[in-house]
Amino acid sequence: MDYTIKIGGEAGQGIQTVGDALAKVLSRLGYHVFTSQDYESRIRGGHNFYQIRVSDRPIRAPRRPVDILMAFDRASVTLHQGELTEQGIIVYDPLQLKESFSGPQYLDVPFVKLATDTGAKEIVANTVATGAILGMLGFPIDPLFDIIAGLLKRKDDETREQNRRAATAGYEYAAKNCGRCAFTLRPPGAPKMLMGGNDAIGLGALAADCRFYSAYPMTPSTGIMLFLSARAKEYGIIVEQAEDEIAAINMALGASFAGVRSMTGTSGGGFALMTEGLSLAAMTETPIVIALAQRPGPATGLPTKTEQADLLFALNAGHGEFPRVIFAPGDPGQAVSLTAKAFDLSQKYQIPVFVMTDQYLADTQWTMDGLSLEYLPMRDWRADAGQVDGAGEYRRHAFTSTGVSPLAVPGKTRHVVVTDSDEHGEAGHIIEDGETRKQMVEKRLFLKMNNIRKEISPPLFLGPAQPETVLVSWGSTYGVVRETVEGMPEKKMAMLHFSEVFPLPGIEAFDYLEVLRRAKRTISVEMNATGQFARLLRDETGYSVTDMILRYDGRPFLVEELMEGL
Amino acid sequence: MEGRDRYLGEIPAWCPGCGNFSILNAFTAALAAEGIEPGRFCIVSGIGQAGKFPHYVKCNTFNGLHGRAIPVATGIKLANHELLVVAVGGDGDMYGEGGNHLLHAMRRNIGVKVFVHDNQIYGLTKGQASPTSMEGMVTKNQPFGVLSEQLNPMAMAVALDCGFVARGYAGDREHLTALIRSAFYHDGFSLVDILQPCVSLNKVNTWEWYGNRVYRIGEDYDPRDRVRAFEKALEWGDRIPIGVIYRNDRPSFEKRVPVISGGPLVDGSGRWHELKERLSGSLREFY
Repeated sequence: MDYTIKIGGEAGQGIQTVGDALAKVLSRLGYHVFTSQDYESRIRGGHNFYQIRVSDRPIRAPRRPVDILMAFDRASVTLHQGELTEQGIIVYDPLQLKESFSGPQYLDVPFVKLATDTGAKEIVANTVATGAILGMLGFPIDPLFDIIAGLLKRKDDETREQNRRAATAGYEYAAKNCGRCAFTLRPPGAPKMLMGGNDAIGLGALAADCRFYSAYPMTPSTGIMLFLSARAKEYGIIVEQAEDEIAAINMALGASFAGVRSMTGTSGGGFALMTEGLSLAAMTETPIVIALAQRPGPATGLPTKTEQADLLFALNAGHGEFPRVIFAPGDPGQAVSLTAKAFDLSQKYQIPVFVMTDQYLADTQWTMDGLSLEYLPMRDWRADAGQVDGAGEYRRHAFTSTGVSPLAVPGKTRHVVVTDSDEHGEAGHIIEDGETRKQMVEKRLFLKMNNIRKEISPPLFLGPAQPETVLVSWGSTYGVVRETVEGMPEKKMAMLHFSEVFPLPGIEAFDYLEVLRRAKRTISVEMNATGQFARLLRDETGYSVTDMILRYDGRPFLVEELMEGL
Repeated sequence: MEGRDRYLGEIPAWCPGCGNFSILNAFTAALAAEGIEPGRFCIVSGIGQAGKFPHYVKCNTFNGLHGRAIPVATGIKLANHELLVVAVGGDGDMYGEGGNHLLHAMRRNIGVKVFVHDNQIYGLTKGQASPTSMEGMVTKNQPFGVLSEQLNPMAMAVALDCGFVARGYAGDREHLTALIRSAFYHDGFSLVDILQPCVSLNKVNTWEWYGNRVYRIGEDYDPRDRVRAFEKALEWGDRIPIGVIYRNDRPSFEKRVPVISGGPLVDGSGRWHELKERLSGSLREFY
């Protein structure tokens, strides 16, 4: 069982509401769900779609064939009818499209009339449509009632009841009139969690005791800020919308200096403004976590589309030489754990740590069986105030064997905490002598980096032990590469996925370079035009992949497309 | 003054005769008068001659980037609103590079005390025009004289309904000390523009030039009258007023953030056990 439902329409027609409700119903029923969105940079009009894939097996990427196409506008029919499977169905309301189609693949459902018949407004046509899809597929409708109750909890009983009746009307109408509907349903598993990439980063930040988030809204990173704002009171987090990205990173650094775990988030253009602050974080050894959700550039680029073209930018951003860590989770589960790890390493080593995603991961939702909190670091690396007070003096940038100086909290000790963006001595005051400068560079960069490298986990390796072909990927292409490898067992193909991207993992625990050297073909699969990860791999290890599959039209890989490319 | 020794910092690297020295003395005198411990306040600065200020005071210090003192100070104040948080910078730092942050800090009314060492010239980079340089002033970099109109930070602050707007003068230390103390007391954002000669590079606005023009605002002046304050803020030329130009009682930003109504943000961090319980609840939202 593996079905894809595509809901298309103009911005403002509520396709996201329908999609989210359906995805939630299916995951609560216990199915594996994967949702993705394609939208334009506008609030009304245009053409957007929301795609839901549902299966009884784990799924991790979007597929091309569409089983049910729900058309809220005419463009949905013309643009996507070619994607229909042989038994696929286009469901629409002739009144809404002002046009009637004939053919076995069309199912007319009067969304608007069924809605208004219940006494509700026209917008409730969305609820009819949601019920209709469940009716077509033959799923039970009850979970939808719970979702309606949750979505409309602030509305009156009358509105809730109207929506309930509307859902039932759509459900019954579609079930009765869809002669072509013959979907085979497999028994589901236990109810599942449904999580998107941005929410996962927010959740990881909560789990790491993040207390301060300052950012300037920018697609596709804004969702992280919204997730945290909604929980600000419960978790005691200050979420401040800054006047610009320069202020955002500087505020986060101020809060971090004052002792709380802090984060900022943005996309490429906003991050460009933050690079000066990134360098400041490095020089003052102030911990900070930066969520960098990529979108296609240069400049404003394609604001609502996806790309992985800022890896080398994040790697090289900021003037001067300093250590940094870059994580690029492949799915929401990894996004939770890597964000928590980012906070841990950032405070432990007093360095900037990146969590890089892209529009695709930010806006896709995945199901998970559950999430354990047990493996999360949950450690405090700030210096103990009693110990700091007990010492005769405190030097914020004291030399140590690890390069890491005790991190005292200003105002929480009798000593003063002094730091500077100028080169400074151990006490934090400005210096200009060459010897101290040299020692400080070595402290910040070399001493710390030795230990940071040991913290990095090996890449995920899946497939035959001695593969002929290895697909190399990083970040959000994890799911589509995994489905491709698992879907073509005859190819003797394996995958190496890097979610901890910089510094590259060492080869002590797992010699991935040996795996690559032994394979006939090694292919870097990336959402950019130049193969940035392949370049990083070559620069750091001397190993060059034999091939690359690159996509840079702003759209994510589909499983079929990647398979065809091999 | 007694007690000032405990704020003794590094030896200043300013030019002899610089107006910064008397600002430093007034500042430590204000601290001593208020009895504020070095560990209980924090000075944030940017870059410029004024940016070096916190090194010369024993205090918690974040000497950050040019123009960025205010956002850093905002972050510190939000993380620990029990600290006295001061931002110090020059006219280029606060009014030029950091102008946008200044506007929005006034809107927020965050409890940061901003002291601007306003010498109407760029010192560290040796004598280019600053936002407050007077129109027509000739410099090596402005051979035709300054063509842009001089920024009036006081009028701008009154226009933005800034909670505490004052001007001091490095040549009147007693008055300046009192102004700094008033700014410390004000609940909310405070802007104190401090006129100060640059003895090395500004040959127009000298000790003598200021001395002939600066006058103390009289006791009968009501700084709560915003329209009158705007008029006062526009005074410049033959007579330049110093003192509190405008003040209001807008509640501070930190008082309006419900998250920290029970105590500083920093005091709640690191409570892993409570956090785990809350997280279990949040995980349920995803089902």
